[in-house]
Amino acid sequence: MSTPTPPEPTVRDEGPALLEVKDLRIVYDSPRGPVEACSGVNMTVRPGEFVGIVGESGCGKSTLLFGIAQLHSAPARIAGGQVLFQGRDLVRMPVKELNDLRWRNIAVVMQSAMNALNPVRTIGDQFKDAILAHEKWPQERVRERSAEVLRLVSIDPVHLASYPHQLSGGMRQRAMIAMALLFTPDLIVMDEPTSALDVVAQRSLMVQIKELQQQLGFAVVFVTHDMSLVSHFSDRLLVMYAGQVVEFGPTRAVFDTPSHPYSKSLLDAFPSIRGPKVPLTGIPGDPPNLAHPPAGCRFNPRCPVVRERCRSEEPELFTVSTAAEVEVLSRCLAHHPSDPLGVELVPEVQSS
Amino acid sequence: MKFASLIRNRKAAIGLFLFTLTVLVAAFPGVFTTDHSPGTLGAFPLSLGPSTSHLLGTTSYGQDIYSQLIYGTRQVLVIALAAGGVATVISVLVGITAAYMGGIVDEVLSLFTNVVLILPTFPLMIILAKYAGQSNMVMISVLVVTGWSYGANQMRAQALSLRNRDFLESARVRGERRSYIILFEMMPTMTSLIVANFLGSALYAVLAASGLQFIGLGNTSSQSWGTMLDNANQAEALQSGNALWIIAPGLAIAVLSAAFALMNYAFDEIGNPALRPVRRKDLRRSRKAARAAAAAELAAEKGTADVYADAS
Amino acid sequence: MTPLLETRNLSRHFKVGSKLFSHQMLHAVDDVSLTINEREIVALVGESGSGKSTMARLLAQVYTPTTGQITFQGKDLTQLRGRGERLQYRSDVPMVFQDPFASLNPVYKVSHGIKRGLKLHRPELDARGRHEELLRVVSAVGLKPPEEIIERYPYELSGGQRQRIGFAQALAYRPKLILADEPVSMLDVSIRIGLLNVMAKMRDEEGVSILYITHDIASARYISDRVMVMYGGHVVESGPTETVLADPQHPYTQLLLSAVPDPRAPLEITTEAAKAEPPAVIDPKPGCRFRARCPIAVDECDHVTPLLQPLGPDHKAACHVNAPTPAV
Repeated sequence: MSTPTPPEPTVRDEGPALLEVKDLRIVYDSPRGPVEACSGVNMTVRPGEFVGIVGESGCGKSTLLFGIAQLHSAPARIAGGQVLFQGRDLVRMPVKELNDLRWRNIAVVMQSAMNALNPVRTIGDQFKDAILAHEKWPQERVRERSAEVLRLVSIDPVHLASYPHQLSGGMRQRAMIAMALLFTPDLIVMDEPTSALDVVAQRSLMVQIKELQQQLGFAVVFVTHDMSLVSHFSDRLLVMYAGQVVEFGPTRAVFDTPSHPYSKSLLDAFPSIRGPKVPLTGIPGDPPNLAHPPAGCRFNPRCPVVRERCRSEEPELFTVSTAAEVEVLSRCLAHHPSDPLGVELVPEVQSS
Repeated sequence: MKFASLIRNRKAAIGLFLFTLTVLVAAFPGVFTTDHSPGTLGAFPLSLGPSTSHLLGTTSYGQDIYSQLIYGTRQVLVIALAAGGVATVISVLVGITAAYMGGIVDEVLSLFTNVVLILPTFPLMIILAKYAGQSNMVMISVLVVTGWSYGANQMRAQALSLRNRDFLESARVRGERRSYIILFEMMPTMTSLIVANFLGSALYAVLAASGLQFIGLGNTSSQSWGTMLDNANQAEALQSGNALWIIAPGLAIAVLSAAFALMNYAFDEIGNPALRPVRRKDLRRSRKAARAAAAAELAAEKGTADVYADAS
Repeated sequence: MTPLLETRNLSRHFKVGSKLFSHQMLHAVDDVSLTINEREIVALVGESGSGKSTMARLLAQVYTPTTGQITFQGKDLTQLRGRGERLQYRSDVPMVFQDPFASLNPVYKVSHGIKRGLKLHRPELDARGRHEELLRVVSAVGLKPPEEIIERYPYELSGGQRQRIGFAQALAYRPKLILADEPVSMLDVSIRIGLLNVMAKMRDEEGVSILYITHDIASARYISDRVMVMYGGHVVESGPTETVLADPQHPYTQLLLSAVPDPRAPLEITTEAAKAEPPAVIDPKPGCRFRARCPIAVDECDHVTPLLQPLGPDHKAACHVNAPTPAV
């Protein structure tokens, strides 16, 4: 095997944030009343940055992603907040302007390529559709660009004539990414693009995405329930629970010194293939029903270090004081600025 | 099936109401009219217009149109339900067996189904009716023979999509007999399709039976809407100014068909709560509220009142 | 100790090809000989297309073998006569499925499958006995309170809870060996541990063996005593879990291990081998099926199919380079 070298960071710190989500609230209108799937989410993405959004099923991460890309449809609606992309609010933007931005500046890669790709049209035709929806390019240029993006993801351009079912799972997913790259967008949002793949194909795809990021400089927002998957690739990690952001900070900080009991519990739920075999407990219980979230801190029924106060006081997203001047935010009363809870969150296994 | 949800769904509520009304009329015709032998010729003056004693007037043979309509309901309903029911049973058995057994059984059954499907039904119905006689039983049989194949293909398609679902494989691995799996594991998950199939077949039967009766086949001696149409047509009711004689049965046929269609239309939503749409009026209300909230927020921030197009 | 279940040169081929008279055969499983003992968890690890799911279905008697034998408790499966004996095998070797959203019939309460299973396979119990057993297995898999859970419908339970019901269904038979076909793959990573602990508990407390089929070698390590790695229908490496993971000899095992994301370890950049896809093995010629992706392939790999060679106590690998056939 080759010598281990971590990938070069791709973040460009100059200039304003590429994407700023401010206090976003997304609500589902169910027959029994509105259910808040995202409660006041705040996050920022800098140009060229890789931000991972992690959480269990039902925590609202996919809803958040769809809300950012303005792809949500009834019964979901945006009930408040802003999504600022390069300073412009996507929530209040007229559809015509949104369509201009779409695919040119913001592209989306879905979870299941087999569901997102049209089974009765060739890959080449679908790329052509995507291109012609935004630009009036001549046939030759369309073909050239389609072949170019396929080469970028290591697929032989001969597959422009193939149908989706003729490609393997991994190739289909890479074709989806290629499609997202057609206009070299500034931001690509991905909803669990690797969940249908085997572990080897998964690793290969992640490395590919990172390499493309280094080459082309786009930012990535990557939603997954598998924290370890993004651990080597993301610059910052956002942990969601029950529709709220519970921790947000540089990946290494979140992994080495998690500032929220939920993040720590998530980290501890991964069996390792190296080191001693440790009995793990996972996280007891189930995520809460968002129609009736628990009072106080939403994680309190499952929290291993819960205190009385947590059951009544709702924590906000506090800034955690860390040594290296990196900003970490945590929604735990342990980090209340004036009145912190006296609990310790020490990771079980130290990183090598 | 939960009746409360049935009523709440507007389409089903209307359909159910019309259907119930029809059933009541068919079961207790004597309650709805005083004339208990509507077939009698010359009972009333000929070709009267509508009045308080004859709500729809009389035919050119002196029969009360309204009571003919009332008494004709039973035959139509019985034919529709019987033919619809038997056709559904056959299509369910054939379709599901073909899908579950696969292989040669599927090939044979599908071939048979498709051949019957493409036979021209109306000429076939006419021939069968002509040569088998004109009783109600024959009518029902004819409708069943020509009506089961469409549903069989639908059933087969649905069953095929279910065949490899894990819970069926789980039953197989558990050691259940094949007949048990088909009847108790597969079919219960297909109830909404089966009921829809039944309603569709019943609808087909109403229209086909009336059509056959209109051209003189079927039991001409008993009361029925189709026979009314036939008689009215023969007596040139439209031209002689007695339009109600034709319109009344025609409308009745349409109403009963609509009842089946409405119940059919809405049944799938009831059977599967996941398909229920959020009531459109609530959606409009919530969209308006969202836009108002967004506008208000921005107005508060910027101190201006702007109007924005589509918020999402 | 006689093994609980043994297969000898087990193969299963499928006819493929769209033409009416094509004779192409897909070799889903080829020449697999494995043993499973009592009270142990054996992990069968491989990517999709490796043949592991076909193995599960061969052992569950959903497919019949093309060649080879399967013996359970010393008796060949083809020797099973009559509905009684066949039913007995099904209760001794039940299967748990992958998809929690499709494994339970949506129109019945979640206790339906367990109740049917008890009725079919535990004739010694009366109605009261069955009810008690129902409650026992439901709480044995960690679903509490059992009286309340059994009244619920599948859509009222989460994915993890539904999978536990799947295990409860299997437990109700008093099985000797449970075939678990990727039981946690469709669950969130944080929920998986709970299920894996249930499986380990079943081995320890109920004495049940489990064939744990998965593509996730980390979870295989967590609960299995022995591991078998499959590729292209063959077993390419097998042995005690810790031994195989500490010292993998087959290049494919090494590739699998390097691909597992481990936040606590530094990233290893993938080699070209990772980019290729596992083959669909149609009418294969002799030779190692991994040769196209293998970084250490030699000439022999092209012509001669490697067989499993012993490397240490119970540790075997099928590789001409790392586990060569001993010279005669």
